[in-house]
Amino acid sequence: MSYISLGDKDKKEMLERIGASSLEDLYCCLPDEVLLKRRLALPEAMPEADLLRRFEDLAARNTYPSYLSFLGAGVYQHFVPSVVDYLSARGEFITPYTPYQPEISQGTLQIIFEYQTLICQLTGMDISNASLYDGAMAAAEAVLMASRLNAKPKILVARSLHPEYTATIRTYIRSLGVRIEEVGFGPDGRLDPSDLARKIDKDTSAVLVQSPNVFGVVEDLKTVGELAHGHQALFAVAVAEAASLGLLEAPGAFGADVVFGEGQSFGLAPSFGGPYLGFMACKKEHLRQLPGRIAGQTQDIDGRRGFVLTLSTREQHIRREKATSNICTNQAWCALRATIFLETLGRDGLREMALQNAHKARYAAGVLGRIAGVKRPLSGPFFNEFVLTLPKDVAAVNARLKDKGAIGGLDLRPFYPELGNSALFCVTEVHTREDIDRLAGLMEEALR
Amino acid sequence: MIREPLIFEISEPGKRAYALPALDVPGPADALAGLPVRADIPGFPQVSEVEIVRHFTRLSQQNYCVDLGIYPLGSCTMKYNPKINEKVAALPGFTASHPLAPADTVQGDLEVLRLVEDALCEITGMDACTLQPAAGAQGELTGMMLIRACLEERGDPRKYVLVPDSAHGTNPSSAHLCGYIVKEIKSNEGGTIDLDDLARQMTGQVAALMVTNPNTLGVFEYDIVKIAEIVHAKGGFLYMDGANMNALTGKCRPGDMGADALHINLHKTFSTPHGGGGPGSGPVAVKRVLEPYLPVPRVIGKAGALALDYARTRSIGRVKSFYGNFGVILKALAYIWSLGPDGLKEIAEIAVLNANYIRRSLDKDFYLKYTTPTLHECVFSDKFQKEYGVSNLDIAKRLIDYGVHPPTMSFPLIVHGALMIEPTETESKRDLDQFIEIMTTIAREAKTDPELLRAAPHATVVRRLDETGAARHPILKWENGKT
Repeated sequence: MSYISLGDKDKKEMLERIGASSLEDLYCCLPDEVLLKRRLALPEAMPEADLLRRFEDLAARNTYPSYLSFLGAGVYQHFVPSVVDYLSARGEFITPYTPYQPEISQGTLQIIFEYQTLICQLTGMDISNASLYDGAMAAAEAVLMASRLNAKPKILVARSLHPEYTATIRTYIRSLGVRIEEVGFGPDGRLDPSDLARKIDKDTSAVLVQSPNVFGVVEDLKTVGELAHGHQALFAVAVAEAASLGLLEAPGAFGADVVFGEGQSFGLAPSFGGPYLGFMACKKEHLRQLPGRIAGQTQDIDGRRGFVLTLSTREQHIRREKATSNICTNQAWCALRATIFLETLGRDGLREMALQNAHKARYAAGVLGRIAGVKRPLSGPFFNEFVLTLPKDVAAVNARLKDKGAIGGLDLRPFYPELGNSALFCVTEVHTREDIDRLAGLMEEALR
Repeated sequence: MIREPLIFEISEPGKRAYALPALDVPGPADALAGLPVRADIPGFPQVSEVEIVRHFTRLSQQNYCVDLGIYPLGSCTMKYNPKINEKVAALPGFTASHPLAPADTVQGDLEVLRLVEDALCEITGMDACTLQPAAGAQGELTGMMLIRACLEERGDPRKYVLVPDSAHGTNPSSAHLCGYIVKEIKSNEGGTIDLDDLARQMTGQVAALMVTNPNTLGVFEYDIVKIAEIVHAKGGFLYMDGANMNALTGKCRPGDMGADALHINLHKTFSTPHGGGGPGSGPVAVKRVLEPYLPVPRVIGKAGALALDYARTRSIGRVKSFYGNFGVILKALAYIWSLGPDGLKEIAEIAVLNANYIRRSLDKDFYLKYTTPTLHECVFSDKFQKEYGVSNLDIAKRLIDYGVHPPTMSFPLIVHGALMIEPTETESKRDLDQFIEIMTTIAREAKTDPELLRAAPHATVVRRLDETGAARHPILKWENGKT
């Protein structure tokens, strides 16, 4: 297949105008020694029908979608209304560039403005950017933002922050002279305030806590926030399961300075890890240090309302090495999907969806918890995920579940050996009572 | 034209666009005890499904896009986005895959990662590749981190990174984020790297030179092999920004020119759509010496028994969650397979043909600061039009009146009033001729009616917007009653 639109006559006329004798001629400005003297060793061109068959074969090698799965841990199964796929597939949304020419990009710009508004409403913050790559990269950007704001060398990170977020922060701060310390969790699964009180000091730049945390446990943000502010540290709250914002009090209500996280739950498929949607919102006094693009409202010369990308003096294309972040391309189309998703669910739908997650997860924790030998090691309140300690080896139990068509909880031992033989289960609105009862039945069998 | 209101302005209690199945588990009143439940989400919209569909359809019609016409943004490679790629990425077998699923249940996904890594290594002439970075800028950062990790292991992280003055803004920004002090290399009168300046600044304290090739002028660094030698002789690394790979696929390979690391923008060269500003994908390909430091995890094993390896002690760690923008990576593979080896060579050649056709057709009406031969793009400036008080911005806005997207203007910084044009290979001669004719007309209008250009655009849903005001008095969200 080829996507070239030139005919033979076109090429000939164009070469003539340029004064070149052949297409090869156009590369006469390259030294001969760098020219590739062979064809690339790649499969021969495929027409669409062959191509589709190849990809259908590859997709069929993924057996995962045929299982009843209870995996979460930062990536969630939520129902996506048809309008999200339908509208986001429009060429006018998929094929434009970043809206640098506002007069012919009002669609994208107004949608970013609506997206920023929705994120502020959900998080209880003053301002939001237009998106970051994902929750993990947003975590790293939050740390960089804190260190620009107060130049202190120590970052306190909850041990219950998603391990991939912590790992990403570690990579980003490698050469920046900032160090990271973990704050442990108590028997309720929440951040241990006494450990935080012990570790926080005048050198602490920021405290990062996730709620619901990686165990699904909802944190006591008020206590954490007070400790952070008591030491003039930035209070940064991560939200890896954004659907929780439909039900739980906004982090802004507990005094968060920065709220960031993963918006995958808002209409984005799991798609083996991406593309997802990093979001970040903050108090207005930190506006100048917020990374990434921002849309703002303004007027045209006739006084009509319009939208533009604004405050770009923070950004790399203006400030180069002095920019707040190196980010350029972000996740605009993912933010578009989130906007359609949130506006479609609306005030009632989002709350009802979140509420069903909480109820179904409670039901599941109940029926699974009643199986002989199964315990819930963390006593704190949870949203749609919970940890269970199993009386038999988690890997062996998961293998038996898999034989019967179910993917059980995520084995936590590689990440949290201190929790022993435990697994993390996620239940959302897509799971029916029958699904949950089936899992319970299979678990009982596997543990017998 | 009636402007589409903000969704919040048409919201009203009692409207809904979504209903859930009834809750099928017991939900006792005290079930949520202990949870900090919010009373409400103030201002959150309530609209009907019809209103949603019309809102977004109307807003979509206020966007210019590649599906509508030529989008000659230099360095952005706004080529046609094939529709089969969208279909492939939407196959349920891929979209439903959870990234933490057991490896034996996602062998198709892992094979896709492996296939794309291998294909990119072949196309770029490199030895290993990570697909994790989410976009070009994150690719640059990753590449620089790999270089730093390697130098640190040698006990000598070094202090400086050299960046040509023609570079894109992300280069210095990424180097800075990696802890390096950026030093600028001057361009010579041909628009390429000044070898004397490079030799002078390339000391044992320089970690790397970041070079875009062809550079942002569209000029190929003819001395690239010598440049690599100068950098390597001092123990430094050659980092290549692959933003302009579209001029090179199948013709020559950065790895053969001496590059040690480069990132590739799948959303440029490999046709994945820009989506109004992302998602992109910025894989990084490296020579063997940098392979041990690549982000975790790595795909290992044989087809059918592929696995993810996290146990790599020399790795820099990870730069984002999971394995990259997988949905974007899939589209790039569909593109590579669609075109095959000959098709990949053809896109480079035709991209260069189209750009040179435009250059030759406009070089009387617009000033070309650098007359060096160029590949896939050309950079004019507004010097001729400035005589009549017309700037590149005015030319851009007038182009909009004619239904065409303007070229890039924000860089390269070495051309004042730049008009950086990259038509890409997918444009027809008819569309190119139309663009040329419009540009020629605008050059004429600049002389005869400059005010017409300064007041442009005239035919858009909004006219020139007050960007200064937007920055001075930021309104960044809708606030009930306040706007």
